[in-house]
Amino acid sequence: MIKKCLYLNRRAPYGTSYALEAIDTVLIGSAFDQDISLLFIDDGVFQLKRDQDTTDVEMKNFSPAYSAFEMYDVEKLYVSKEAMAARGLKKRDLIVDVEVLSDSAISDLMDEHDVIFSF
Amino acid sequence: MKFVIQVNEGPYQHQTADSAYQFTRAALVRGHEVLRVFFYHDGVNNGTRLASPPQDDRNVAKRWSALATEHDIDLVVCVAAAQRRGILDESEMKRLGKDAHNLAPGFRISGLGQLIEGVVFSDRLVVFGD
Amino acid sequence: MSILHTVNKSPFEKNNLESCLRYAKLGSAVLLIEDGIYAALKDTRFEKEVATAMKDVSFYCLEPDLKARGFSAAKIIDGIKMVDYAGFVDLTIKYDKVQAWL
Repeated sequence: MIKKCLYLNRRAPYGTSYALEAIDTVLIGSAFDQDISLLFIDDGVFQLKRDQDTTDVEMKNFSPAYSAFEMYDVEKLYVSKEAMAARGLKKRDLIVDVEVLSDSAISDLMDEHDVIFSF
Repeated sequence: MKFVIQVNEGPYQHQTADSAYQFTRAALVRGHEVLRVFFYHDGVNNGTRLASPPQDDRNVAKRWSALATEHDIDLVVCVAAAQRRGILDESEMKRLGKDAHNLAPGFRISGLGQLIEGVVFSDRLVVFGD
Repeated sequence: MSILHTVNKSPFEKNNLESCLRYAKLGSAVLLIEDGIYAALKDTRFEKEVATAMKDVSFYCLEPDLKARGFSAAKIIDGIKMVDYAGFVDLTIKYDKVQAWL
């Protein structure tokens, strides 16, 4: 059975482990051939910031995973236009190509999925 | 209705670990099926049988174990999250060469695939976290 | 498909309720649990925001969490319905899916 699964990310990376665990869950989800979309709102948009360098904090830099998703057929990445604007981010600041959505488009996106994994 | 419950936080620190238990029990009492409870992130700490809360406090791990026995529900602790936090069963102890194991009765250790599979075959996912 | 949104953070501390209300659509519901129940109280600086949202969205409050924190139904914004844990379970069935604003 294929379900439309939305992975909703609204936390910044490194401060907590949720962003990292979301990536693990998405990769496992893709192995189950589910219809996967990723949505980044609120501080979740910071997960996609380019040029993350974790050398000095001695944590794993997991940001390359977002570019690798394509190889797992995870291709639907959406970000909130309002969240980006509120945080001074532009599309060119992001590590991966995404579709930018308005808040009302995000409401519709949440609506049309069968299940929401929230991180 | 078939439920999968996801628990992201450890016991005693955050009420959500209690809420997850109360919700699961209420769903069972209502006659629903709880296909699986999946303990993820710090939620794996709900599964240690070595926790020793004071007499006048609830024993979170024991409470889950009792519910699992009574209703035959599947309590799954995420293996990757558990290894990082030192939650082991006997076979994991041997495999990793450790000197102790601490998984409470009624719990088992398995992978994230158990969460996804549960979601695919259930009607509702309810997440409890911080 | 309709959504039951759960909010477990105090609006005085975190923006979970604010985010939730930005995306909650007509016909969906918000259930306030744990520290989220403080958003259900009358005479707070969030009362107006909640009352406005209630035109489109049904609001529920988990009574055991309200009682635990020293409040009762009398202190709650008119129109917010009380549920217990069994009522929480029923709401997750009434709506098509659950989104937890963590």
